[in-house]
Amino acid sequence: MTTLTKTEDASAPTGPESFLSVRDLKVTFSTEDGPVKAVDGLSFDVQRGKTLGIVGESGSGKSVTNLTILGLHSPRTTTVDGEIVMDGKELITASEKELEQLRGNKMAMIFQDPLTALSPFYTVGRQLSEPFMKHRGASKKEAKDRAIEMLTKVGIPQPKTRFDDYPHQFSGGMRQRAMIAMALMCDPDLLIADEPTTALDVTVQAQILDLLKDLQQEFGSAIIFITHDLGVISQMADDLLVMYAGRAVERGSAREVMSTPKHPYTWGLLSSMPRLDSNLDEALEPIPGAPPSLLTPPDGCRFHPRCAYTDLVPGNQCSTTRPPLGDGRASACHLTAEQKQTLFIDKIQPRLR
Amino acid sequence: MLQFIIRRTLGAVVTLFLIGAATFFLFVAAPSDYASLACGKDCSPQRLADIREALGLNLPVAQQFWDFMTGIFMGRDFPTGHCSAPCLGQSFYSGEMVWSTIMDRFPLTLTLTVGGSIVFLVVGIGAGMLAAFRRGSFVDKFATGASMVLSSFQIYFLGPIVLVILVYSTGLMEDPKYVPLTQDPVGWFVGMSIPVCVMATIFTAQYTRMARSSMIEQLAEEHVRTARAKGMSKKYVFFRYAWRGSLIPIVTVFGIDFSAMLGGAVVTELTFSLQGIGRLAVNGATTKDLPLTMGVMLVGAFFILIVNILTDIAYAFIDPRVRLS
Repeated sequence: MTTLTKTEDASAPTGPESFLSVRDLKVTFSTEDGPVKAVDGLSFDVQRGKTLGIVGESGSGKSVTNLTILGLHSPRTTTVDGEIVMDGKELITASEKELEQLRGNKMAMIFQDPLTALSPFYTVGRQLSEPFMKHRGASKKEAKDRAIEMLTKVGIPQPKTRFDDYPHQFSGGMRQRAMIAMALMCDPDLLIADEPTTALDVTVQAQILDLLKDLQQEFGSAIIFITHDLGVISQMADDLLVMYAGRAVERGSAREVMSTPKHPYTWGLLSSMPRLDSNLDEALEPIPGAPPSLLTPPDGCRFHPRCAYTDLVPGNQCSTTRPPLGDGRASACHLTAEQKQTLFIDKIQPRLR
Repeated sequence: MLQFIIRRTLGAVVTLFLIGAATFFLFVAAPSDYASLACGKDCSPQRLADIREALGLNLPVAQQFWDFMTGIFMGRDFPTGHCSAPCLGQSFYSGEMVWSTIMDRFPLTLTLTVGGSIVFLVVGIGAGMLAAFRRGSFVDKFATGASMVLSSFQIYFLGPIVLVILVYSTGLMEDPKYVPLTQDPVGWFVGMSIPVCVMATIFTAQYTRMARSSMIEQLAEEHVRTARAKGMSKKYVFFRYAWRGSLIPIVTVFGIDFSAMLGGAVVTELTFSLQGIGRLAVNGATTKDLPLTMGVMLVGAFFILIVNILTDIAYAFIDPRVRLS
């Protein structure tokens, strides 16, 4: 199997103010066909008031990682290894009761599709009030006032009457706003947004992103923003983590990763992104092939079957050795720094202009 | 909501009329001479004509149908006496008024239906939800296994076994019989307990499986996960969020089962030698007793329509999306 030249354990940047720190996280689902390593040795940190963007294709382990942070994975079929420390508290070993106290209170999640993520059976107001009553011991009246306050804050018109509406009476954008209001009811320190704008049209998407940024400034929450949309992430994130097949392949500040990406997978992502100002005659470059099955992931670098530059690496390193992800600004690739720079300048950059 | 109920009620009346018409004309179209069937072996032409006259069979078919239908609302006069509304006619054979025959049998059918429903809803849904809540545990395996076995049983198989054990070999209980509730509540309860329980057992098994699978399906819903992500406890989410959605398929099937049972639980009645609506329907059809069959059909259809409307109202209570559209 893969030879680990270096574990990622100590390699991620550990700031003293790091609010959430994930170390060497491994999430394995047991399925009928065998174990699926959905997340395999992932480490990252998020600071208060900052946004970490996690980018990757479907099935790269983005959502699984964040459900695991909340402890919402199914305990029957999932094994979790590693360390998730939030504000000094270890979450993987925490009891269900302790997690319940934290969920919706210190850490909250905004889900992707607000139509299915809100219950059709209860009013928006009731669904908003519940966590506030539970975590703050508030009365119904107090919770209602708070819910109306939050609905106003996220820009829902006539919040007093909307409080008694059901989710299906809201438009898509309104529902997502209500979802955000719900996540913010208890001023969470950590907000996980799992593709919060994917189901929305572009104008609404921009409003929601602005809203999230404003709210972050107001509340100082740490945000993990999951998306596969690089345009969205470049607006939102301070730091970026690019994931592929359950592993982090590149990390750095959003500006660095977007302007000088270092991993062939990130190159592929950027080249396949349509741009408004690009030449119409120029075709988009999709990444060849499909993401690997996590039941039988490729050895070595998991991206090597789809990578165009494996020939440049001496020996068969790409297919035998897992490339380590270094400290700070880093990419998990066997190419040398010079090779990466030359390739990027010669082959990739012209396409992005 | 009110508008909805009114609309559905009008629809139900039309449907009932159509069912009545269909039954009537199918019966008339069948190649049987009811008068000669009623007349017996040594039938003189004179007697045959008398019977025809008495049964109203020499009137035009449309006239017969009209008489029957108006009789339901206004009552009818027969040579043997007056039949007050709702009049479903007079049996060709016994000469009894069909309405009063049905009303005689109805308490038994109602007891079976309501009694059985209470037992299988409480036990079945309870066991199914418990199994879903403790999925994979011993309780779950036991409930799933037992319901598998029981739902493959039949009333006419389980019934005699229970009778042999409790009645014939040990004499712990008496043969099932119907005593009116108003006359002797204890006798009513004891007399009907075996049929009710045997019938409920078969249904319990089905409802256990249905409640379990529908609950498990709901627990995988995203909005249930959202509720967990808000920090609501497992129990709270289970009983407030998942439970409500899981009721929808159960209500649907229960509506069908309940109205079918009100129309007569033939197998149960035959197994325990009880005289309910189901047996009446079978008798009516096999003896070609037109008024009796018409009566039972209409009463059965009436219940099916009523229960359908009630089911739709129940949906609206469970799911607000239905309420407003």
